[in-house]
Amino acid sequence: MRLHKCAAPYVFISPYYVLFLFFVLYPLLSAFYASFTEWNGIKDPKWIGFRNYSSLFKDDIFLQSLWNGVIIFFMYVPLLLFLSLVFAVILNSAFVRLKGFFRAAYFIPYITSLVAVGFTFRMLFGTEYGYINELLTSMGLAKTDWLGTIWGARITLAILVIWRWLGYNMVIMLAGLQNIPSDLYEAARIDGAGPVQSFFRITIPMMAPIIMFTSILSTIGTFQLFAEPLVLTRGSGGPENSIMSVIMYVYNQSFSYLKFGYASAAAYVFFLLMFVLTLMQIRVFRQEN
Amino acid sequence: MQARLVEHHSGKHQVVSSLMYAALVVFAVLMIFPMLWMAVSAFKPMDEIFSHPVTLVPKSPTLENFKGLFEAMPFARNLLNSAYVAVVSTAASLFFCALGGFGFAKYAFRFKGPLFLLLLGSMMIPQEVLMIPLYVEFQKLHWIDTHWGLIIPGMANAFGIFFMKQFIESLPEELMEAARIDGLGEFGIFTRIVLPIIRPAFASLGIIFFMNSWNNFLWPLILLKSEGMYTLTVAIYSITGGIREPFHIIMAGSFVSVLPLMIIFLIFQRQFIAGITSGAVKG
Repeated sequence: MRLHKCAAPYVFISPYYVLFLFFVLYPLLSAFYASFTEWNGIKDPKWIGFRNYSSLFKDDIFLQSLWNGVIIFFMYVPLLLFLSLVFAVILNSAFVRLKGFFRAAYFIPYITSLVAVGFTFRMLFGTEYGYINELLTSMGLAKTDWLGTIWGARITLAILVIWRWLGYNMVIMLAGLQNIPSDLYEAARIDGAGPVQSFFRITIPMMAPIIMFTSILSTIGTFQLFAEPLVLTRGSGGPENSIMSVIMYVYNQSFSYLKFGYASAAAYVFFLLMFVLTLMQIRVFRQEN
Repeated sequence: MQARLVEHHSGKHQVVSSLMYAALVVFAVLMIFPMLWMAVSAFKPMDEIFSHPVTLVPKSPTLENFKGLFEAMPFARNLLNSAYVAVVSTAASLFFCALGGFGFAKYAFRFKGPLFLLLLGSMMIPQEVLMIPLYVEFQKLHWIDTHWGLIIPGMANAFGIFFMKQFIESLPEELMEAARIDGLGEFGIFTRIVLPIIRPAFASLGIIFFMNSWNNFLWPLILLKSEGMYTLTVAIYSITGGIREPFHIIMAGSFVSVLPLMIIFLIFQRQFIAGITSGAVKG
């Protein structure tokens, strides 16, 4: 069988579109329909209009999960991006030796399975036998009930997320730094700018699109957290649901309570939120170019 | 540039660079510490895990935890399941992404623009939104408690096609024309000419696919129902004990699950990082 040159590209790209149709578009539309129904996944769905959506916005746990996303975001994203940029700049400077070693060490957390990492952090932050509390008490400080208190759980989660994503963001920013033409710095130096001035006048503006990209990725990532809070809290969402994420909520509603319609509505609210955030990203990029 | 910096390595610069090094080293220790903790705990007997003071080096190192792990559950099976799913889905994804990338890179055809836009747009759909409808769909397909649902839907993914398109675009047109004159068909050009050349891109993309599949948790958690079908992540999550978490067994399992990727990462570090940065910096 010979492919004609005109038909070939369609054949080559078709696998993606076939899969897209069956496993993205169809489920996306059926979830949209399901979000207007009462449905336990077994019996036929029953149309109830906007009732799922209206009860969602009265649902304290759902609102809490959205709110948690916002809180966790402010707890770690600015700090994460700041640290990533600082370490990227340090690693990019000429005098640093063992660059490869440091880059690898920072990147390792990103490649590890979240389940393994979640349990490791549970151990380290354990109240009675955790190593962190051991260190604190040896320094004469008080024991903290990390995973048993609202803010303790949030701090533990924030530390885990920063630990996991610092190297990833650093590596991306490092690539961005290496794309800045060095004659810009040279010109600034001739004009008498010091290292601090050229950092704020050249590095930051040139890195703006990359910083924005990583910031949006982190934003979406924050609301998408699932394995981290699930493993840290063994499925409970933490004290008073303090680290319950939207995805964890959707998962619980569908697979613990079989409220498929209601969970679909929650998933769609999440989807719209992500859509708005992604559009913001695209607009920022458009302005850049 | 370098000469200048060396020249300036006096007084103030000495202090600044020492501070930078100190920060680098401190954070490097923090980054590696949890992994070391995991490894060390895997060799500690249970009573040492729950003892004061906490030991950084096992007092009485043991392989019992690993024995317990493989005896208490079909852990060898879970390891094989993870490997099987990761290898099959990575191989299939690479093939279909290269094929799709080739189609977009080297042909002009009707609706190419809108089709490509759709591809980019689909990257924005968070997988999690599809959790419920896909589960119902998999039920109808009888894919619950099989590995098909972990392999087939992601076999051609948008990021991979985009990545391959970028790479294949740089290949010279003459290569294809010469092959056509030699009488190769379009698919023959792909298998005989393009595939051998794009091996470096395969390494970068393949590692990312493999890692994503190996560490995948949400989907196997939803789809897999029986212990014998579990992949590693679900198997480890399913380890529960009595009053206390059996951390000694969990850490042994975690250590086993993290080790293969660590080794792959240390060998293919360059490709790994190239794959991660290409999407972000060029995109």
